[in-house]
Amino acid sequence: MQKNEVKKSNGSNILSSLLKNQICIPLAALLLLLLFNLIMDPTFFRITLEHNSAGNPVLSGFLIRILDNGSELAILAIGMTLVTAASGGQDISVGAAIAIAGSVLLRILCGSNSRPETIQAPIIVGFLVSCVAAMLFGAFNGVLVAYLKIQPMVATLILYTAGRSIAAWVNNNELPIVNDKTFTYFGSFIPGIPIPTPFIIAVACMIIMALVLKFTNLRLYTQSVGINGSSSRLNGLNPEIIKVLSFVILGICVAVVGLIKVSRISSINYSVIAKDIEMDAILAVALGGNALSGGKFNMAASIIGAYVIQCLTTTLYKFKVQSDALPAYKAVVVIILVVSSAPVVREWFSSMWKKLKLKEVG
Amino acid sequence: MSSSNKKSSSISLNDKIKNMTETNLLLTITIVVFFLMYIGAMVFQGAGFLKPQTFFNILNANAALIILSCGLSIVMITGGIDISVGGVTALICMCSAVYLDYHDGNVFMAIIISLAIGLAFGAFQGFLVAYLDIQPFIVTLAGMFFARGMTTIVNTKPFNVANESFLALKGTRIIVPGMGSVNKLGKYVNAYVEIGVIVALIVVIVFFCILRWTKLGRAFYAVGGNSQSALMLGINVKRTRFMAHLLCGLLAGIGGFVYFMHVGSGSASNASGAEMDAIASSIIGGTMLTGGVGNIIGTFFGVLSLNTIQNIVSSAGLDQAWWTGITRAAMLCLFLVIQSVIIAYKKK
Repeated sequence: MQKNEVKKSNGSNILSSLLKNQICIPLAALLLLLLFNLIMDPTFFRITLEHNSAGNPVLSGFLIRILDNGSELAILAIGMTLVTAASGGQDISVGAAIAIAGSVLLRILCGSNSRPETIQAPIIVGFLVSCVAAMLFGAFNGVLVAYLKIQPMVATLILYTAGRSIAAWVNNNELPIVNDKTFTYFGSFIPGIPIPTPFIIAVACMIIMALVLKFTNLRLYTQSVGINGSSSRLNGLNPEIIKVLSFVILGICVAVVGLIKVSRISSINYSVIAKDIEMDAILAVALGGNALSGGKFNMAASIIGAYVIQCLTTTLYKFKVQSDALPAYKAVVVIILVVSSAPVVREWFSSMWKKLKLKEVG
Repeated sequence: MSSSNKKSSSISLNDKIKNMTETNLLLTITIVVFFLMYIGAMVFQGAGFLKPQTFFNILNANAALIILSCGLSIVMITGGIDISVGGVTALICMCSAVYLDYHDGNVFMAIIISLAIGLAFGAFQGFLVAYLDIQPFIVTLAGMFFARGMTTIVNTKPFNVANESFLALKGTRIIVPGMGSVNKLGKYVNAYVEIGVIVALIVVIVFFCILRWTKLGRAFYAVGGNSQSALMLGINVKRTRFMAHLLCGLLAGIGGFVYFMHVGSGSASNASGAEMDAIASSIIGGTMLTGGVGNIIGTFFGVLSLNTIQNIVSSAGLDQAWWTGITRAAMLCLFLVIQSVIIAYKKK
């Protein structure tokens, strides 16, 4: 009898520790979504090898589409998690910053002529310049947040308002078109490799970030600054520098996403590119169970959160939901997820569970 | 005692600034900057800005934004945020438009529907934020998504309302006596405001009074300033937070209908970006996102400042679309820097 009880408590311990693990919420959501798709239509999981118009072998299917289209969000989620953890606020200017990065990239590649026959500079140069531009804007946000002590959401509201205007101004409000085959590889497929390039880039970003978190003190410093800035100062850290650094890292992520986004269409539309992506990126961080008020973070959970959002989007598209009506369904899922993971609700459920058990015993 | 009296008799500007509350100080700055800007525009650009109607047109176009910003200020004073107001406005426009045109409804019921939608959003979001303790940003983000999505689900195509009694209400102009001007043909044209402006002014006055002189209003400041000590003072923190979101929802309802009266159409792209404009106006008006500081009058001037600068830019010949965004952002940046410098100075 006693042994049995011990076993039981062990089992419930494992279960509760699993439930306490941050990563379980987005993972469970992802599994639920996939399960829903499995029941509704198993063809969701079919992956076929096809040949695209250029004759290259490419993988296609709904799962591949999720990995492909979700990669931008996943890359942004990496940077957004760091910013959230360090500053206790969110950057709402990433969409506008992507427009700027993409615009700078096109400006370098196309020169002053908006429809050149060949590209005017190597792609890597264009990318590096756009990277620097995005990092500068990230640093601008970071300085406002760290040194002037403005709340992150308000500070980034400035760039949110101005960003798309600046992007249009960089190219004189023209819409340059890049006429180069290699440039399209970043948003589609590299010949011979059947995996979508955006996903490869996203995985590369994740690996780099994982290595950085493993071999540097970035995680420790970011978390300590987020939990208590003044006590980390007493321990010899410089909270301001670390906050600015997190915004600059987000800037690099923005530049990478800008490259993918621009490469997908070989051009840019200032008012539409990466529209509302900031909201999705913040959502990914929140779905990952990270506190939006800063402090501890779990990078993997955020990335899975990003793929949950993309999985939901793709599922809804599959059921022929209009793209404009999509947010309504998204909102319902978000509310269900957030409410079910709220501490108050969880406590209430666990107390109900205990009462039920007591009744059974009684 | 006597020495301190002597000191206070020779009070300097420096001390005066230090003795002012943050709310009053930020309010003063906002109002001073607005008047400087407007007078500057009158002196250097003349023509349009000398006519009172220019000012009334700014009011006419932004009556709804004033109301929405008031709601946001209340939520921000309690330390929360609401980014759903723009979406709710679009949803209200669409629902009212569909009700008036397709179901042949009357205007009175349309107003009731608008208020009900606003209150429903406010109550639901308030419940989640206050009683389930979920981050307000995420809750109202979901609210925004839901409202924008529902707008398309209610009706896909944008259309103009043709209901007669509504059009009569939309076209009603209230003439402001003694403010008219002579037009190019030499005719005297009366200055006018729309009904929405009257509603907006009433809202500003009523909520200014509520925030200043009622128990609930003071509770908003207390909760936003420090929710722990507010709790110890015996304030029901959860109920206060809930009320803030409920009032914001109600104002989104009123603002939504006023917006609808101004544009007279239902469209999914209505009031796009209104939530960010409202937040920006509140901040320029001296409300702080950290809570506990803010003023409705300041918000009113915040909306006016944000749109006056836009008028100045477009009448200065910088007509290209991107200048609007850049100047607005520059102004927001300026105010934020002033605020943060002042707060840092006062702390010393």
